[in-house]
Amino acid sequence: MIQNLIILPVLIHLITGTVNLFFWGKPQPQRLVSLLGTIVAMVCAWWLFRQVRAEGVLVMHAANWKAPFGITFVADTFSSALILFTSFAGFAVSLFSLAGISNLRAKHAFYPIFHFLLMGLNGAFLTGDLFNLYVFFEVIIMASFVLITLGGTKAQMEGGTKYVTLNLLASVIFLTAIAIVYGLTGTLNLADLARTLPNIKNQSLINITALLFFTGFGIKSAVFPLYFWLPSSYHTPPSAVAAIFAGLLTKVGIYAMLRMFTLLFHPDMFMTTIILVISLGTMITGALGALIKNDLKRLFSYLIICHIGYMVGGLALFTQAALGGAVFYLFHDMMIKTNLFLIAGVIRKIRGTTNMPKLGGLYHHYPKFSLLVAIVIFSLAGTPPLSGFWPKIYLFQAGFANTSWASNYYVAGLIFSSLVTLFVLAKMWKEVFWKKQPDTQIHVPDHFEPLSFMRKLSLILPIAFLASITLYIGLDAERILTVANDIAKEMLNPQPYIKAVLGK
Amino acid sequence: MELLLVVLITVLYASGIFMLLRRSMVRLIMGIVLIGNGANLLIFLLGGITPGSPPVIPESRSVFVEAYADPVPQALILTAIVISFGIQSFAIVLLRQVYRLLESDDLDDLNTPLEEDI
Repeated sequence: MIQNLIILPVLIHLITGTVNLFFWGKPQPQRLVSLLGTIVAMVCAWWLFRQVRAEGVLVMHAANWKAPFGITFVADTFSSALILFTSFAGFAVSLFSLAGISNLRAKHAFYPIFHFLLMGLNGAFLTGDLFNLYVFFEVIIMASFVLITLGGTKAQMEGGTKYVTLNLLASVIFLTAIAIVYGLTGTLNLADLARTLPNIKNQSLINITALLFFTGFGIKSAVFPLYFWLPSSYHTPPSAVAAIFAGLLTKVGIYAMLRMFTLLFHPDMFMTTIILVISLGTMITGALGALIKNDLKRLFSYLIICHIGYMVGGLALFTQAALGGAVFYLFHDMMIKTNLFLIAGVIRKIRGTTNMPKLGGLYHHYPKFSLLVAIVIFSLAGTPPLSGFWPKIYLFQAGFANTSWASNYYVAGLIFSSLVTLFVLAKMWKEVFWKKQPDTQIHVPDHFEPLSFMRKLSLILPIAFLASITLYIGLDAERILTVANDIAKEMLNPQPYIKAVLGK
Repeated sequence: MELLLVVLITVLYASGIFMLLRRSMVRLIMGIVLIGNGANLLIFLLGGITPGSPPVIPESRSVFVEAYADPVPQALILTAIVISFGIQSFAIVLLRQVYRLLESDDLDDLNTPLEEDI
């Protein structure tokens, strides 16, 4: 019975989204239902995580069709932990949307689509079937297409076109790779594939397929030569939408990559070098892009790309320390990036712009809010006791332990991009918080101050909530590290996963 | 049959990618449609083609005795077709809206410089 409950994180969002559809055109009930749904989802995700930690890998066979014939859902530590962090981000964004999403948007299906997006994400984390992964990816991109274009401003349409095109291309590449894998093995169950793929004679074709998967997920997670859609679209939707995209969408690509390349394919020397070079390129270009941007949201978009590189590199090094570091960074990044865009939303509410030269004086007017932002910024920069610091240690350690030339450059890139991140954040702090408010902006009305206390709370509380999780990750890093290390062990030794799914 | 499909898939992929690389938005849509259909046919081809024996067990027997057509690829293609149908219609409506706003079919016109605070 308990096995069947692992699908709850998917079901809850499906139900919440559907119930919201019945309140079409009525924003207030939708907001309440959505908030309730995300709270229930959080409780469920916590329960699932505890259950998986206590009992090991949980498997659900849909309609009791045994794997590899039926559709399987698998909750191991990795997926359940990601579902937990997704539910945190979902709750924060739902709370933020109370005041951050206008009634007009809420009337046009913002909430149902938001929950279908979360459903797709949870499904992608839980599924144990390659084609199902594709289907959930499609659910995700379909929902995200609507969210990114909802509102219909010119900038949104332009950004949306680029986003839609490249994501469709990624899906086709992914589908092509699935077709080849099915043709080679006759199965799509991940655990079954993990068993059959090494026995296929035509290993070179498998390597090519692995590259196709890498390209497909690479576009989705915005790695180096394929990331251009991200900075040209993420700044266009409202902050609540951008936050959920920034925190979760690129990360699901990273999740799929980590899953594929530990369970199905094992990167050889050639592949490792390619991935390391790509991760290096991602870090450097992301960092350089962040350096020159003057708009907060665009700057944060480039920071997303920059930090994707850390995790992809962790995958390439393929040791327990590296994978553990990458997974830890993934948790930290999901919380931080969601929070950054929420913060950008509040700043825009206060000053009416996210353009840095026009901002300033926030520290003077809103000292408590500034302090809250400082926590997030210090965590992102990786200042020692906070959350960005711990995974980087592991990644450095793994980078130094590996002696190939590519890993040397990876470590150098890691140091460089960390420094640039620090510099960029310091610049942002100076421009937005410490600098005097420019004279031209003094008479721009503050839209935050006149809000009622409850609305202010609904904008600030999610930021405080995510910041406190970040603080927890940093200050109780021991526990998170244990989880991350267990996940890395599961990745390096997938036998328990395979055994749990196939039952022998 | 297989050879014919291989040629067809090649043509679909190649023309799809060619169309995607054009600057016109209509061609972009065409490219997406073509390459999507290529991928569907690829699943069909790689699933193995067994003509003339549907996966139905005859009444007189209780198990399959000869090779039968694999039903899984067909289910996969059906799913993929439905998904791509939805997504393509979304893309068409989106590009129509873009055309309305920009009054141009050229993808290079999509880079309107950002008004400072969007």
